[in-house]
Amino acid sequence: MIQAIAFYLFAAVVILSGAMTISSRNPVHSVMWLILAFFNAAGLMVLVGAEFIAMLLVIVYVGAVAVLFLFVVMMMDIDFTQLRTEVVRYAAIGLGLGGLLAVEVMIAAFAWNEGKVDLARRAAPIDATVPNIQALGQLLYSRYLFLFEAAGFVLLVAMIGAIVLTHRERPGTRAQKVARQVARRPQDATRNVKPAIGQGVEL
Amino acid sequence: MTSFFNTTIGLPYGWAWFVATIAGILLIALPLMLAVAMIIYADRKIWAAMALRRGPNVVGPFGLLQSFADGLKVFLQETIIPAAANRGLFLLAPIITFTVALIVWAVVPFQAGVVLADINVGLLYILAASSLGVYGIILSGWSSNSKYPFYSALRAAAQMVSYEVAIGFILISVVLWSGSFNLSRIVEAQRAIWPIIPINGLAFNPLFFPMAVMFLISALAETQRAPFDLTEAESELVAGYQTEYSSMSFALFWLGEYANVILMCALNATLFWGGWLPPVDWAPLYVVPGIIWLFAKILFFFFVFSWIKATVPRYRYDQLMRLGWKVFLPVSLFWVFLVSGILMWMRVGVGA
Repeated sequence: MIQAIAFYLFAAVVILSGAMTISSRNPVHSVMWLILAFFNAAGLMVLVGAEFIAMLLVIVYVGAVAVLFLFVVMMMDIDFTQLRTEVVRYAAIGLGLGGLLAVEVMIAAFAWNEGKVDLARRAAPIDATVPNIQALGQLLYSRYLFLFEAAGFVLLVAMIGAIVLTHRERPGTRAQKVARQVARRPQDATRNVKPAIGQGVEL
Repeated sequence: MTSFFNTTIGLPYGWAWFVATIAGILLIALPLMLAVAMIIYADRKIWAAMALRRGPNVVGPFGLLQSFADGLKVFLQETIIPAAANRGLFLLAPIITFTVALIVWAVVPFQAGVVLADINVGLLYILAASSLGVYGIILSGWSSNSKYPFYSALRAAAQMVSYEVAIGFILISVVLWSGSFNLSRIVEAQRAIWPIIPINGLAFNPLFFPMAVMFLISALAETQRAPFDLTEAESELVAGYQTEYSSMSFALFWLGEYANVILMCALNATLFWGGWLPPVDWAPLYVVPGIIWLFAKILFFFFVFSWIKATVPRYRYDQLMRLGWKVFLPVSLFWVFLVSGILMWMRVGVGA
């Protein structure tokens, strides 16, 4: 009972906030709706017993990716009238993608009607009593080790690529030399003078 | 508590669970609000004492009611919403800050078995919830539609995201050592860490003491306490992201900020200094209830926070970023390798 209520609540909010993401006029509002959608998707994950994935979804997408989105969107100077005129240009692609998604949903529904996936014949059946994190770890670090490492390398390459693209030598700037700042002592920087009465300090 | 409502009062199980959870939430949130009021008073008193002032001393005996007077004053003021502000988000931002500061307390264990939600991803839940804290600040800065709050919000977001990375790695090394994400089990894993002198607390292990210190400093940066309070540096940014706020929306920021500070003190105590365990694993010390030990540790760390606030000058922003990315991140990453290496080494010859 409570599971059903929770499921319909989360699912309804996901769909609603997804719709609001694409229909709200202010891009910052869009990002906020997107965050709400992520959040409720995490709730759905908890309902199916994947609490680790749910937490990761919140940490990675809500905590990091969406913050960057928000950064970019807030800094942009957006001309709303121009945005609306460009809608027509992308309408064909949008409709195509929408149609593709609709077909996929229908295929999924038909496949579901044919019967469930045989869980016992999975590549790596896992004991249901093992906690999420352990189960994932056992799979990632044994059976799928090379794929896991490969995914890590892809991310590393992406990171290096981003640095290479944005890094440039800036001439004429003076960087902080922390070691020199720390090594600087008061007696090197200041001079104690006792001027005679009636005379100033000569610099 | 569920069994109490189920058997003693005679509610069906579902309702008993529901009522018990609501009661548990109130039992944590209401004393927490009281604690926030008193801890603001304590903060001001400690700060004043270190500056050789008297601090709040007019309202109530020793000025004890000062926070409540401030609360009442703020409550009676008018809520001003700037005409250029984005109304919805402007009002949403302090609510997010406040709520996020409260929800994390759900997984903090106060004593053996006394925790609202004893989930096995407790530490990840804390990371997830604290990563939400950025939104309250960044939204308040943007929706105020004003220069200084926006600068402050950008600073705050960059700062919190940077230090969350270091905190994440520090927590991973703790998790590796204790073998669980569950906070109660992390506390239990800290019982009697030395065979000869049975001290409770991970930080007494020389391997983890540097981590404990780094966590304390990162916690300061994460809660934007001095010396990392660049987001509300009054000489540069008026009052930072809360410049345009007034009345209750301002008070919610205030409450959320201090609730976060207490939370970080509680996490310090729980993750590194034995949580609700007494400092030494010695039977007579267990007579004192665990919650008292936890509160003593929280108060000690809060004193450290206030002490730092009263004595350390504010960091420069580039120094702050350097500390986060070039010092804490590599060191904590190295520590993850070190801890996992030592754990593997200890297991040589032992069945997995």
